Amino acid sequence: MNFKLLLLAPFIMGASFLFAQGSISGNAESTFQYLNEDTVIGANQPPSKGLINSYMNVFYTNGNFKAGMRLESYLPRIQGYPNRFDGTGLGMRYVGYKNDFVDVTLGSFYEQFGTGLALRAYEDRALGYDNLLDGARVIVKPKPGIVVKGVYGYQRLSFESGRMVHGAGIVRGVDGELHLNEVLGNLKESDLDIVIGASFVSKYQRDDNSTLILPENVGSYGGRFQLMYKNFFLDGEYIHKGQDPSNDNNYIYNSGHASVFNLSYTKKGLGLLFSAKSVDNMSYRSDRTKDLQDVFINYLPALNKTHTYNLVATLYPYATQPVGEVAYQVDFLYTFKRKSKLGGKYGTTIGANFSTTYQPKMDASTINPNDSTGIAYTSTPFVMSDSLYWQDINFNITKKFNKKFSGILSYYNIQINNDVAKISNDAQGIINAHIGVVEMLYKIAPKHSIRAELQGLFVKPQKNGENDKGDWFTALVEYTVSPHYFFSFMNQYNYGNSDASKRVNYPIVTCGYIKESTRFTVSYGRQRAGLFCVGGVCRFVPANNGLTLSFTQSF
Amino acid sequence: MKTKFTILFCLAAGLLFAQETVKSLKQLPSVELKDLSGSLVNTAKMGFEGPVVISFWATWCSPCKKELNTIHDLYPDWQDETGVTLVAVSVDDEKTKRQVAVYSNGKAWDYEILLDPNGDFKRAMGVNNVPHTFLIDTDGNIVYSHNNYAPGDEDELYEEILKLSAK
Repeated sequence: MNFKLLLLAPFIMGASFLFAQGSISGNAESTFQYLNEDTVIGANQPPSKGLINSYMNVFYTNGNFKAGMRLESYLPRIQGYPNRFDGTGLGMRYVGYKNDFVDVTLGSFYEQFGTGLALRAYEDRALGYDNLLDGARVIVKPKPGIVVKGVYGYQRLSFESGRMVHGAGIVRGVDGELHLNEVLGNLKESDLDIVIGASFVSKYQRDDNSTLILPENVGSYGGRFQLMYKNFFLDGEYIHKGQDPSNDNNYIYNSGHASVFNLSYTKKGLGLLFSAKSVDNMSYRSDRTKDLQDVFINYLPALNKTHTYNLVATLYPYATQPVGEVAYQVDFLYTFKRKSKLGGKYGTTIGANFSTTYQPKMDASTINPNDSTGIAYTSTPFVMSDSLYWQDINFNITKKFNKKFSGILSYYNIQINNDVAKISNDAQGIINAHIGVVEMLYKIAPKHSIRAELQGLFVKPQKNGENDKGDWFTALVEYTVSPHYFFSFMNQYNYGNSDASKRVNYPIVTCGYIKESTRFTVSYGRQRAGLFCVGGVCRFVPANNGLTLSFTQSF
Repeated sequence: MKTKFTILFCLAAGLLFAQETVKSLKQLPSVELKDLSGSLVNTAKMGFEGPVVISFWATWCSPCKKELNTIHDLYPDWQDETGVTLVAVSVDDEKTKRQVAVYSNGKAWDYEILLDPNGDFKRAMGVNNVPHTFLIDTDGNIVYSHNNYAPGDEDELYEEILKLSAK
């Protein structure tokens, strides 16, 4: 340390002392793995044997001033994370100023325009996903009911040698939203509530391709609305994207679109939702050469329910095909009233959900392959072919029998097109799985409970007898002592695998201790390889066998 | 690099030192979220009279739903006895955001529902994973928080609410 800095130190300490009048919050998280070699399930021991990911967020506000940072550390990163993540350092940092009129941020920030079809910068720790924008943002609220946002920055692509690495292209965008009932006086008392909005996003990346003339600036723009009338709610958004030849679309010069509409009717005891989505050539990244989860500017979630039971959630999950799809969903929930015939003493809830996704109709018949436009096909929003990508039909009943005992019964039928949404190396075409789950919860004493899940998954064989990995059975038992402890044991058994050497058990034991906002968990056992998905984004996690310790803390 | 670390260290040391002398309670951060009708709500200015419970949940989180369904049965009594308001903040993103109204109304919940689809409030509150429940006093200070849910946790939460309403 040099002499000047030594002199400066007390001033910095003093300055931060003054700052401390404000409020500090944040959280910390650390996950450690010690992995064994396990040839039966194909799990490898990494050369370092131990792996660890750690994070700490610190956010500071004082009056209108705000600042924050995240330190992260991969020594080296745990299994399933991008293997280029390494080192310790600042992964996110910002300063800003905010009052009722203006909110300005310099540095890293997360943002979403509308439903995210044009722009969404967000973080999902569980996936190792972080496409934050690093630059400047301003949000202005000129009067009640009006919000205008402007963003400008590079995206986070990676974290290497303890430093954030940016994507190649600059992203900039503006978004405006009007709540008409607040803006227009004569709508103030209206039963009809109206919100409208519009966005424009553009990216700039230098054309460094020697064979193609690529557009260096690619824009996307569109509008949205939201109407509410009594118990009805209708919203929608349409985004158009200009020519964007990229690795994802094989460098074609088609423009793209994404659109989503939702209509719902809800009242006490009843919920009903209908959704429709159309996507065509809508992969939008700030680097046209990237793939997988890298530097997406927009967010295209899959239109289906996010399942929670292990066999349903992780064996055959579906993520949106950004190249194109047309999808529909219906979601329904109804609670039979207490003391009614079907409701019983506590009320009974039934739920149903249906989702389906098809390939859009892409017509190449009018295209001359020798012309120089680079347009590969024509398509119309919401016009689909008969090629199925995904279908999910599921039902569940939740019932409380008495003060101590309650249960949930669920059934799922999932069909996934493994040629398009690649999920398994052991199957071709449509995988068709039926899944049944029984969950029971029994309260032994005021603070002691036991919970059990039995899950069975049955794959319907195709005409050639192929049935992917065959049938599975999962059992889980969990014992909790409120408010501090839990113990659980889970075993997954792939008893129906057509390859007898792969009829393997995957047992795992987990214990946890929780004190207010601090949580420790220890688990030991086998975990099968699978796709781990949150929202529309998935990450492949290889099979592993070993010890996992995790720690989380909020402050 | 060395210089950077020294500056950071001094800042941190100064902050820690100051925390020793100024007993500061953590205040609710100010984040704009939408409710189910699409109106903007500032989390620091929600304007409820009594104590407030903020519970982070999601439609895909089973323990979260167990916690909120359990409290749903107790809520009328809790409100009568303590004047508490429960704000259920959904961290569902655009994929499942529309299912929040289907679930919360289908279950006939009486809670205030806020949507946090991009995790802004979740991040500001230091939430690692859901469920995570906070108790806020009438001055907007966070006085208690609990991560996870096990049956019976609602009793501890209620004891903390009673402590506040006894003041």
